Amino acid sequence: MSEILKSLIDIVGERGVSNAPEELWFYSRDPGVLTPHLPDYVVAPKTTEEVQKIVLLANREKIPIVPMGNGMSLTGLVIPLKGGIVMDMKRMNKILEVNQMARYAVVEGGTSQGVLKAYLQDHYPQLRHSIPDAPPTTTIAANMALHGQGRLTQQYGFNSDMVTGMEIVLPTGDICKIGSPSLGPYWFSKGPTLPDLSGLFLGWLGTTGIITKIGLRLYPNKKIRDVELFVTDRVDLIPDMLYKLTHLEMLEDINVWFQPKPLMFLGNFHITIYFTGDDEEEIAFKRKLIWDALQEYMDSKNGGFMSVQYMKGMLLEMPQRAIADFADVPKGGGFEYSGPITIIEHFPQYAAKVVELAKKYDVLYASSARLISGGHCMMFSISFAFNRNDPAMMTRVKHALDEATAFALEMGGIPWKPNFMEQKMTMKKMEPNALKILQMIKKNLDPQGIMNPGNWEVN
Amino acid sequence: MDYVHNIEHQDIVHRCFRCGYCKFPEDYVDFNCPSYKAFGWDTYSPGGRMWLIRAWLNDEIKTSPHFAEILYSCVACDNCKNQCVFPKFKDFLPEIFQETKSELVNEGRIPPEVRDYFKAVATNGNPYKLPQSERGKWAGETGLTKYSGQEYLFYVGCVGSYDEVGQKMARSVGSLLVKAGVSLGIMGSEETCDGNEVKILGEMGLFTQLANDNIKKFKAKGVKKIITLDPHALNIFKKDYPKLGGNFNVLHYTEILAGLIKAKKIALSNYPVKVTYHDPCYLGRHNQVYGPPREILKAIPGVELVEMRRNSLNAFCCGGGGGNFFTDILGTGEDSAGRVRVREAFETGANIIAVACPSCAKMLIDAVKMEELDGKLDVLGIAEIIERAQKIKKGTVNG
Repeated sequence: MSEILKSLIDIVGERGVSNAPEELWFYSRDPGVLTPHLPDYVVAPKTTEEVQKIVLLANREKIPIVPMGNGMSLTGLVIPLKGGIVMDMKRMNKILEVNQMARYAVVEGGTSQGVLKAYLQDHYPQLRHSIPDAPPTTTIAANMALHGQGRLTQQYGFNSDMVTGMEIVLPTGDICKIGSPSLGPYWFSKGPTLPDLSGLFLGWLGTTGIITKIGLRLYPNKKIRDVELFVTDRVDLIPDMLYKLTHLEMLEDINVWFQPKPLMFLGNFHITIYFTGDDEEEIAFKRKLIWDALQEYMDSKNGGFMSVQYMKGMLLEMPQRAIADFADVPKGGGFEYSGPITIIEHFPQYAAKVVELAKKYDVLYASSARLISGGHCMMFSISFAFNRNDPAMMTRVKHALDEATAFALEMGGIPWKPNFMEQKMTMKKMEPNALKILQMIKKNLDPQGIMNPGNWEVN
Repeated sequence: MDYVHNIEHQDIVHRCFRCGYCKFPEDYVDFNCPSYKAFGWDTYSPGGRMWLIRAWLNDEIKTSPHFAEILYSCVACDNCKNQCVFPKFKDFLPEIFQETKSELVNEGRIPPEVRDYFKAVATNGNPYKLPQSERGKWAGETGLTKYSGQEYLFYVGCVGSYDEVGQKMARSVGSLLVKAGVSLGIMGSEETCDGNEVKILGEMGLFTQLANDNIKKFKAKGVKKIITLDPHALNIFKKDYPKLGGNFNVLHYTEILAGLIKAKKIALSNYPVKVTYHDPCYLGRHNQVYGPPREILKAIPGVELVEMRRNSLNAFCCGGGGGNFFTDILGTGEDSAGRVRVREAFETGANIIAVACPSCAKMLIDAVKMEELDGKLDVLGIAEIIERAQKIKKGTVNG
């Protein structure tokens, strides 16, 4: 047994570390199309102190560490590109605190979205968090660390905007608290009015530290949720429609989606509009305003509301199970998407690009855009399904996604959760002094370069 | 030469997305896959198994004791089958796991505990290595007689026949049915293992032999209807025996008791106690029998039935399924299924966990001890709870 393995066992016990071929094989990959790379060890700490000891060991031995939630970014962010230790955070899954009056929760770094949702339903039914449509096994900290979005993003911004404090194990092994918890017992602010240090860790994809605790904002959970579905074949009018809807300032979430399968959806764009209320009167009032906002498009025969009765349950589900279903359309267990953040007025160009890429690479697409912060921008998902038993199809999907990212950058967009190649493309286009700041931060926080190496590497 | 692995459903194994819905119950309150909960590695989750099986079929990983442990730690609770989001292949998940175990059996690369289980059943007709002559001893003073053309065969199974906890449960059920005037008999020393665990552990040859022998025996005796003590037996009799020509009308004892109570053939007295009911996987998820045990408990005056957070379709397994009752591959750590389940039961404030399966009873009794809840939480079979209520009427037992 190697000295490193012995040391890891000393820290987390025999059940907390593995170098068996089965775990190494599994933790070498994610469900996307990128090439796997084997780690040397997989560890699963249960406490911040264990995380700290592992990081200190990795520092001493100069071993890479890749922190991992559920590994569902699909863009290979947990693939250990340079080997080393994959740190599965999911055993750190306690909900530590809910402050009902201040509307925040504090959870450990491996707590899943699903568990927090169920916990709030049981104990604080008047509160909710911004749950993404990713599977419920995905972790809150990982979602926030990669600037994820969720059901409340249209109203309140990226899920990372909802962070209210963090505990981080730095690449040097120091444990540090960020935001209001650095001054006292309350987790209500990640930065303001202090210098906002959370930016040193959010969006860095695990390259500047390991989140062991995270605070997040909770929001009122209205008693009723409802949904309307507006359908149009005029892609050019969509930005204007979205502008009018966001002017209402009262919608929970707005998604725009289009897909060729099943055939009933082909050729149309669907705007799913979610809204909430505490009684039927509030719901009826909001529904009226939504219809009024889009009345002119109905009058001009450019769109109309579609009955949602038969799929209402599916649309209102949180997270939406049907999204994972897309992976099985080509009977092959996979899909991956590029999800650039961009401005709403570019929707038609992005929509055209999706169709063009699907045709060019002979792959199946589905696309869904989610509005962010009342329409300041949107996440535009360019999603392609593949058959895992068809390597040629996987390669075509990879090429299509690469091209989608290049297109997004040309259009002035920002890649979301970019894979290591997309990070390189992004840094190449970045203004040199901004890049210099990235380099300074990374070099200072992670002098040995052990944190998720291969990602955000500024050379 | 390398062993070439083949399983029937290998053409769909790659369709797992490993999204992880299968780890959870419907509302995501906690991980509902016992082996994932106990071991904590993604490899021990249903999605992890699917991906590893694919790697193994593609020769990217080799058969190993660790791979076998990952497969055999599955308790066959069927939660994954119910929660998987892919309607076109979700039903095949348990079959894929079982087929892989069969391949390990064919390859001769199974854990020693599983090997010993097969050997004991093949040699003795039961996993306890006890003589066949002792199989019917549990019936003692119950008034049950040998099956000789009565309306029902009361099939007890290995746990009910040989395990102390199972025997107690079998006696309660048997006595109640006799007193209620049900026409039934037992096989006694002629009864042999039903083969449910043998099949799920992957020994298809032994399973087929056991099933064929039982079918032959049942037919020879003119058995048409069977009441089972054990939901595992219920499952195999209903799902697999018909494929081998064994078509019997099979019911679980709680279904019969619920009918008898409704027909007022069993008198019930006031028994003021708080009870929570643990759904056995082979009764609930596998065979959708959720109502009768609850109807019985609700019919007892004074019984307050409180549900655990995870119940019915979402119930958490006791950890005894998939042969783990005998092989104990899941272990007894803090996050082992039985201990987690007992803690969940205790949170309800109940004094009694009602069970409808002898394996669950044994697993949960052991877990109560490990959790140091003796004296605070009792584990009782449904029939034993009825008996307590009846004894209270006579003034012989106090709660």
